[in-house]
Amino acid sequence: MLKKTPFYKFMQDNGAKFVDFAGWEMPISFGSIIEEHNQVRNSGGLFDVSHMGRVKFSGRHARRFLERLLTRRISNMKEGQCRYSLVCNEDGNVLDDVLIYKFEDYWMLVVNASNREKLLKHFDDVKGDLVVKIDDQTESTAMVAVQGPKVMEMIGQFSKEVPSLKRYGFCQKNLLILKMTISRTGYTGEDGVEVILGANMANMAVKLLLKDKGDDAAVKPCGLGARDTLRMEAGMPLYGHELDEETNPFEAGLDFAVSLDKDIDEMGEKFIGQEALKKVKAEGLKKTLVGLKIDGKRTPRQGMTVKNGAGELGIVTSGCASPTLGCPIAMAYVKPGTVGAGDKVIVELGSAEIEAEVVALPFYKAEKK
Amino acid sequence: MSSPEDRRYMESHEWHKLEGDVVTLGISQFAVEELTDITYVEAIVSEGEVSKGDSVAEVESVKATSEIYTGIDGEVIEVNQEVIDNPSLINEDPYTKGWLLKIKVSDPAQLDELLSPADYDAQAG
Repeated sequence: MLKKTPFYKFMQDNGAKFVDFAGWEMPISFGSIIEEHNQVRNSGGLFDVSHMGRVKFSGRHARRFLERLLTRRISNMKEGQCRYSLVCNEDGNVLDDVLIYKFEDYWMLVVNASNREKLLKHFDDVKGDLVVKIDDQTESTAMVAVQGPKVMEMIGQFSKEVPSLKRYGFCQKNLLILKMTISRTGYTGEDGVEVILGANMANMAVKLLLKDKGDDAAVKPCGLGARDTLRMEAGMPLYGHELDEETNPFEAGLDFAVSLDKDIDEMGEKFIGQEALKKVKAEGLKKTLVGLKIDGKRTPRQGMTVKNGAGELGIVTSGCASPTLGCPIAMAYVKPGTVGAGDKVIVELGSAEIEAEVVALPFYKAEKK
Repeated sequence: MSSPEDRRYMESHEWHKLEGDVVTLGISQFAVEELTDITYVEAIVSEGEVSKGDSVAEVESVKATSEIYTGIDGEVIEVNQEVIDNPSLINEDPYTKGWLLKIKVSDPAQLDELLSPADYDAQAG
């Protein structure tokens, strides 16, 4: 039995086509992935992301627990900040990529839907003797991402504070008497917000956010299909594609999310995988993530082999026909030092071979306003 | 959703319409909705003999690449060039303008082995 999010009925009424995603019945598209993609790049789109796990941590040792769990430094986070971080295993490979929110007296971790069960078990292992209350709030809450260049202007009608948030900042707002958390974060390469709210408020909130209807509405509902093409253009990793338990954060180019010296300050604590990752740093990488751009029509897909005259180089992790660039794009892991930006490589498609150009990530960056 | 009555279907969502001794092959509305925006069509076989179960074309959408199979033996006699030039025709009109291949069949009775519209609709949900 697939789980339904609190937005299910609303999305269904708006013409969503649903797909099973990690045990949840989620909108994949409302007709055209390309149109939804362009809607987000040019104006605004609203995504139901309630399937993502939301876990609250509180108690005397909550910070120490998170310090052990996460690759990113936690001790210097201030209330109203979020940070992108990784959860690694002892080998330094990635169990999940997450967003951690610091509230006044508790923390919230947003995790991938596909990794939620695995992580809940992992939290129990990490907890040990620490006094920390772990509260999985996924099914009592809901979450939407509202993304695009016109989103801040739209949200400005409801709140002056939200548009003044810094990137990765968040605030709490009341909708009538109910509290919601609004962060300036996202997974599309555009400006925008993600909103966490009580499951019982979901319908009221989404009707408010999408009150302008019709073809020229600033914000329209979008599905996971467009979310995937948007994040690919923005060069953002997706767990199960660019990230998995055979990949470490440095290979994925996520060095910024790893603090190898977390334990040196007074409040510090070594994180799980820290020693292994120090070793990786010293010994060098086995693979590195690159972008591929194709002058043609065929799209590389996950699992296809990348090679050149010298032999096999690596493997494709994600690919799509990029609506913004107007050509197929892909991400791939290759042996470090074998190819660089501008080099040509071959992708084996099964029935054919295509030429691709290695490019730096991301493929797309929003203009700064 | 109910699929056109005048053709036979495969579980993998191809339709086959017999006129004389020629079968026109395409993909169903259900398949189109699963694939979403179609961006590229490649005829793996553009002429010559094919057997039931052979992969005859590949269709790429924004989301995925799918192989298209024939449900009947015969000889490929025509590929829909309009669809190759403009793959979105399949999204707009999968049952008429969006056809993929024409196959001259050796044994029309083979079509009876494929799914009826009602059976196809039942399994495609």
